[in-house]
Amino acid sequence: MSVDQATVRRIAHLARIKVNEDDVPHLQGELNAILAFVEELASVNVEGVEPMTSAMPVPMKKRADIVTDGDMADAIVANAPAVEDHFFVVPKVVE
Amino acid sequence: MTELTDLSLADARRALLNKEVSAVDLAKAQIAAIEQARALNAFIKETPEVALAMAADSDARIARGEAGPLEGVPLGIKDLYCTAGVQTTAASHILEGFTPAYESTVSANLWRDGAVMLGKLNLDEFAMGSSNETSYFGPVISPWRRVGSDAALVPGGSSGGSAAAVAARLCFGATATDTGGSIRQPAAFTGTVGIKPTYGRCSRWGIVAFASSLDQAGPIARTVRDAAILLRSMAGHDPKDTTSVDLPVPDYEAAVGRSIKGMKIGIPKEYRLDGMPAEIESLWSQGVEWLKAAGATIVDISLPHTRYALPAYYIVAPAEASSNLARYDGVRFGLRVPGKDIADMYESTRAAGFGKEVRRRILIGTYVLSAGYYDAYYVRAQKIRTLIKGDFESAFAAGVDAILTPATPSAAFGVGEKGSADPVEMYLNDIFTVTVNMAGLPGIAVPAGTSSEGLPLGLQLIGRAFDEETLFAAAEVIEQSAPKVSLPARWWA
Repeated sequence: MSVDQATVRRIAHLARIKVNEDDVPHLQGELNAILAFVEELASVNVEGVEPMTSAMPVPMKKRADIVTDGDMADAIVANAPAVEDHFFVVPKVVE
Repeated sequence: MTELTDLSLADARRALLNKEVSAVDLAKAQIAAIEQARALNAFIKETPEVALAMAADSDARIARGEAGPLEGVPLGIKDLYCTAGVQTTAASHILEGFTPAYESTVSANLWRDGAVMLGKLNLDEFAMGSSNETSYFGPVISPWRRVGSDAALVPGGSSGGSAAAVAARLCFGATATDTGGSIRQPAAFTGTVGIKPTYGRCSRWGIVAFASSLDQAGPIARTVRDAAILLRSMAGHDPKDTTSVDLPVPDYEAAVGRSIKGMKIGIPKEYRLDGMPAEIESLWSQGVEWLKAAGATIVDISLPHTRYALPAYYIVAPAEASSNLARYDGVRFGLRVPGKDIADMYESTRAAGFGKEVRRRILIGTYVLSAGYYDAYYVRAQKIRTLIKGDFESAFAAGVDAILTPATPSAAFGVGEKGSADPVEMYLNDIFTVTVNMAGLPGIAVPAGTSSEGLPLGLQLIGRAFDEETLFAAAEVIEQSAPKVSLPARWWA
């Protein structure tokens, strides 16, 4: 399988990464090089094989559904580029 | 008298406990070495004030007889580990200036045991790379050079700063992480020892995530014993990481020097690649002879799905990365580039903040997870992972205790030499290491010889899940049998 330039633009948008028109041709080439590299996987017989879901077979740990942490709004917003009264500030979303 | 910085971690620890040297003096010696070695670009951030304050505390604890297992030992921390109050960047522009309010569990374990932080070590951006050339803060230069040449070589990656700093005697050991070979390949390139423990052995909490089902923390050190000492402090169960395993941590140092008599070592025929350099082939045979001489039995084994590991990795790792890196959107932390609306702000921020390799992997990951391709790529790759793991399980079930392979397909290469035209050329560096991540097993790289150009070469040992002790025992045999490599002259100082 290989990707065309329209697909490169579409996945860049899905990934929320702005791509300049000038970059599209070589990105297409690089992505197709990787897709060609993984192509041989299509020849492996995976009939009846379970996909691996965890590296080590251990039961999922659970904890009590209680508050264990919190009350640290200053620390949470400390690294944010734009903050007002413990809120993250973003460009207007709703008109 | 040898310089303080030439001591092994084990010897430095002994000198500290015997009060032959103070932790402050040891830290000062390392700080001076780091200042002289800026040409290597191994550190993104040096923290001499932090080091001296921690060392003074260590001296006080030693005086009170309350020394921890790593009391006063200065270490470097890969800049993928969050360190409270100290900038943590993952070598990315998008996290430049990010100062965590919290400490990663693994680094907290080291401080609990008395270690001293010298600073944050350079790496490939978000640990994506095999040469440390993708760092936003510039490439790390290996302290090693080819005989008769002063061409700059890569230290390997992604833990290139960790490997270069340990090899150049800038710290007694360093933390690192390994998603596809990022501890073992740079260790092999720099003549140091690196172990990727079993998945779940070390907590991933507070370590910037790349591919969560593959990422694992581990040490890079000067000797097998030093690596064992560090891993014991780093490892352990952490309720904050659901994949962290609740098993007791053995005294790994006690396994160093343990006899390997009667141990069964597997030699997988699939690792004998077409066109493999003769010096890698002979290094491998030499390793076999050393283990045999120590009483191990050598058996030929087959791991039939080996060749599919690297392609499957280049589906699983980018897929998980594209998901993990979705959090860098210019809202809660890191870089923000203004846009005409919120989507434009996201897209502009991520375009400016991520480097080329990271962008490439996010795009591939987004593609293989997108509607219509998920089964053909991602689910298929996860099924192949099951097959790869099954290969190892069969070998271990047949009585094999550990598997010996080369660590890398070549010695270190030059800065700018690989991967500029075709990204896959760089990916092939991880051909021998990536199977271990796919299966979740432990693997150690240990120096075993030198190339015709005088550069270090390493061998890899792969073990059963949670049996790092066997790896330390067998790696020690290789370390003791291998010719001692002379360190590079300090051309950087």
